[in-house]
Amino acid sequence: MTMMRGVCAAGLAAILTTGAAGVVAAADAPKRGGTLTYVIPADGPPSFDGHRETTFATVHATAPFYSVLIRINPNDPGSTTDFVCDLCTQMPKPTDDGKTWTFKIRQDVKWHDGSPLTAYDVATSWQYVVRPPEGMTSARASYFVMVDKVEAPDASTVVFRLKFATDAFLPGLADPFAYVYKKDILEKDPHWYEKNIMGSGPFKFASYDVGQSVKGVRNDDYYRKGQPYLDGIVGLFAPKQAVRVDAMRADRASLEFRGLPPSARDQLVKELGDKLTVQTSDWNCGNLITINHKKKPFDDVRVRRALALAIDQWNGAPALAKIANVHTVGGVVFPGSPLAAKKEELQKLTGFWPDINKSRAEAKRLLKEAGVEGMSFELVNRNIDQPYKFVGTWVIDEWSKVGLKVNQRVVPTGPWYEAMRGGTFDVVVEANCQGVVNPLMDVGKYLPHAVYTENYGQYEDQKEIDIYNAMIRETDFAKQRALIRQFETHVLDTEAHAIQVLWWSRIIPARSYVKGWKISPSHFVNQDLANVWLDK
Amino acid sequence: MSPSDTTLPISAIDDDAPETRRSILERSLLFCRRQPLGTFGLALCIVMLIAGLGAEWLAPYSPTANDFSAMTEPPSWAHLLGTDQFGRDLLSRIIYGARTALIVGFSCAIVGGFVGLVLGVGSAYFGGRIDAWLQRVFDVLMAFPLIIMALAVVAIFGTGVQNVIVAITVPLVPRCARVVRSSALSIREVPYVDAARACGFGHVRIIMRHMVPNVMAPFLILITAFVGQAILAEASLSYLGLGVQEPVAAWGLMLQGGAEEYASTAPWIAVFPGLAIALTVFGISLYGDALRDVLDPKMRDR
Repeated sequence: MTMMRGVCAAGLAAILTTGAAGVVAAADAPKRGGTLTYVIPADGPPSFDGHRETTFATVHATAPFYSVLIRINPNDPGSTTDFVCDLCTQMPKPTDDGKTWTFKIRQDVKWHDGSPLTAYDVATSWQYVVRPPEGMTSARASYFVMVDKVEAPDASTVVFRLKFATDAFLPGLADPFAYVYKKDILEKDPHWYEKNIMGSGPFKFASYDVGQSVKGVRNDDYYRKGQPYLDGIVGLFAPKQAVRVDAMRADRASLEFRGLPPSARDQLVKELGDKLTVQTSDWNCGNLITINHKKKPFDDVRVRRALALAIDQWNGAPALAKIANVHTVGGVVFPGSPLAAKKEELQKLTGFWPDINKSRAEAKRLLKEAGVEGMSFELVNRNIDQPYKFVGTWVIDEWSKVGLKVNQRVVPTGPWYEAMRGGTFDVVVEANCQGVVNPLMDVGKYLPHAVYTENYGQYEDQKEIDIYNAMIRETDFAKQRALIRQFETHVLDTEAHAIQVLWWSRIIPARSYVKGWKISPSHFVNQDLANVWLDK
Repeated sequence: MSPSDTTLPISAIDDDAPETRRSILERSLLFCRRQPLGTFGLALCIVMLIAGLGAEWLAPYSPTANDFSAMTEPPSWAHLLGTDQFGRDLLSRIIYGARTALIVGFSCAIVGGFVGLVLGVGSAYFGGRIDAWLQRVFDVLMAFPLIIMALAVVAIFGTGVQNVIVAITVPLVPRCARVVRSSALSIREVPYVDAARACGFGHVRIIMRHMVPNVMAPFLILITAFVGQAILAEASLSYLGLGVQEPVAAWGLMLQGGAEEYASTAPWIAVFPGLAIALTVFGISLYGDALRDVLDPKMRDR
């Protein structure tokens, strides 16, 4: 079964990751030297601490300075199952019925301050990720509910002891935010890494200018001999898309790693021709509409279902794909995963019916039955064009077709989070963006706030939690898949807790001389840039 | 007083006297003949007014309805000004956008102008500490350019039509008050105001009956200028993503959606809303200039 899933995933990866330009051809020998300048579509990272943050602004600015325990194969980042060692010496086989994972740590790794990196550093870093001490935040602690202990019995061994065996563990371990920090620094000041950078990655931190750039230089002591190929890296912060496109057009920057919309790609391709290459992939990010269950009339499941039924996802997806970086209709699981719902399964769920007229007639009936025909409400949205504002404009028009009057309030990221965390919204456009494709953990976004702190629907649902707990403990693929369908039906249909709208499409145009970097379904993955080189 | 002293004023009055007795139509025709550019500006303003007030009847399509079968279509018979990235008819959005511009422009100009009038005349009439304090507050407010001040207000109150109106109105108040005050200061010293005081009239009566009517000429000219400024500021705020929000039709917002991403592939998305803004502000400026020429005796004599 595992093999079948592997083959399945490899096939999918091959299909998903297209546009081979920019890929290192077998005959191409990497050239050393040069500085890669890339743009980061943000003002700057909220902090440098990968354990605490969830944004690409942090990972794009800091990943080149750090090492991780394991990672997705940088030469096959489209894969959802191809994990390789970074700091470990070889991928282990679990023992104790899948509950004990023992990793041997490389002994040739040095911190950028010259001191040796040991298993104690790795174990302490993971202890902070899995169960952060009082006063510390780990954005991914909930991904590791299965972990009982992380130990370092000696300087070259790290052992993870699990409470129960689960397929979700290994992908979780490859999280690109799980930087390995120095034990001494963490123990002296756990907040040190929020404002400072000191790792063991391919590049050494050189400088950071607030709102301007982050710079790094080659780490000559890097443990992968010959890498990195570049002399240095410069990440330029540029939140405005027009600025980023202009920078690429004028060759002041070579690429950006998050993703540009189709219109920007077309414009660059038209102007730069063969000086530009484009890689595309399905993206492990999707927008969802979160409904505040504590606000009337959204406490009524009929109203929530009506909101979902009004949206024509099947016709919306191909049209919006022309103007925004959204692409695929899907359920709660990344559409590229073997655990994702097939089209015929999806079409049975509320909001995915193939006949939109029937769907909207049902929406109107439900609204009438709930006594809220023609109601007005406010949709809070994030002040980011791609694709938030496009999705917001689209769903407002869809809702108007069942008589709903919706006023959109677009706010910057800070107030957007405030509205969600404070529960001061009716309905909000948000996104579920994950790193390594790990459906069992990625669907955690739909769990009640008590279990998953980044859920803002303001509801409690023990039945949902029970299905989830059964799901993450199930190791048989077919049974696991059936449980995910049950979870999906419960969340999107029976309770209509949220509306999963379109999954995104990742489009990375890059200057053709940039080689070695390959696209993945996540904009968090494969960002240490050790294997990138410039063919100039 | 010698006869020669009275000749010139009598002659001036004679020149003006027939105008006051002319019908509105005659006066309008005279305005058109004497102020062709102002007339052109007024015509542009009237077109905008008609579009804004009659949008429901004039617009061929709903301004918010997406049509995915007609995305980024160039101008054609079906869509005279083309469509935007959501397939929405640009002509319909421009017509409805005139309504947004009207609401914002006139609300800001009237509210900002009225508050400025009250504060400006009051400041001049009472003088002393009240005047000194108000002027210092105005100094502070006027130290910020209009758009910067509006940005700050939007940052505090948030986006949306009502908040945009507040954001633009606040910086207009001191601008109006300052001009009105300077006119009112000279009126405060004229004998009939002293006479009114001597007769024991109250402050409100003196201000409303004797001072306000005499500052109406510069005030009206200011109001027309404010309408144009407010429309421009609203467009700027919306362009920056801080004004009116989608899917409401507003010219600045349309420009924002089209200028960055579609300037080269579908230029009509940015060109037509840009033209609408430019023509409206141009029209209001021309009309305001003409109004000044008509209402300001010094200009009229030239």
